[in-house]
Amino acid sequence: MADLKVQIIDALNLKHLKPEDIGDDQPLFMDGLGLDSIDALELIVLLQQKHNTKIANAQEGSKIFMSVRSIADYITANQKN
Amino acid sequence: MSFISGFCHIREGRIITSLQDYRIAAGTVEEFLNEGYSRLKVAYPKFYKMDPQSQFGFLASEILLQERSIKQYPPEGISVVLSNSTASLDTDIRFQKSMQAAASPSLFVYTLANIVMGEICIRHGIKGENAFFITPAFDPQLLADYVENVLEQEHVEACVAGWVDVLGEYYDVFLYLAEKKSGMGQVHTAEEIEKLYTQ
Repeated sequence: MADLKVQIIDALNLKHLKPEDIGDDQPLFMDGLGLDSIDALELIVLLQQKHNTKIANAQEGSKIFMSVRSIADYITANQKN
Repeated sequence: MSFISGFCHIREGRIITSLQDYRIAAGTVEEFLNEGYSRLKVAYPKFYKMDPQSQFGFLASEILLQERSIKQYPPEGISVVLSNSTASLDTDIRFQKSMQAAASPSLFVYTLANIVMGEICIRHGIKGENAFFITPAFDPQLLADYVENVLEQEHVEACVAGWVDVLGEYYDVFLYLAEKKSGMGQVHTAEEIEKLYTQ
């Protein structure tokens, strides 16, 4: 998950944060890390580019992007090699 | 008639205002912007998500409005009138490059010249009239005429105006504050704007 945090910081330009600043289960949006809708689109691109993982159902987005752990779980379950 | 109550000019590693004149030693534009931001001592993480043009606009407006506050005016009483020659070309080029892999949504949202005004308005709670002009070169007459027209409206008390020209490693950012209140500085004319810009 540490690598995923580095990728998220890089993709979303969260230069004020270090990987250890992001909790595995910390909410990423709203009152958590404060990500917005554009960040969500960047996360979709990140999953496609770095992890060959597509989100089949857009309705699942809020669950998948709940936290770093939920993203990691989704990648593990859906990555195409 | 209105008055120029403050200005901030950023170019070639130098920041000039009516109160200070200093250099930031930085190798690249990115290093310059990061150092400039850290010197502001403000916590605004969104700065890192902005494109360089918006970062320069943020930096200049922050310095300008730290020296001369506009908090006494209602949000609707403050306008923003900016101009440049490069539109959003700096980010357009990077967005085009990103498309070779996957088009970046966060770059795409900055592929309009006037986004810098939105960032300034969000930061300072400004809700007045906005206008952005693309001109071949810095045009003090255009700014003087348009800003003066804006300030003639009864409800408008102040206007953040100027030039935010950014492309690659080149940047020339000049913002000034024009206010209706008398005795706040130089009279707002093209000649005075030009004088401040070239000093």
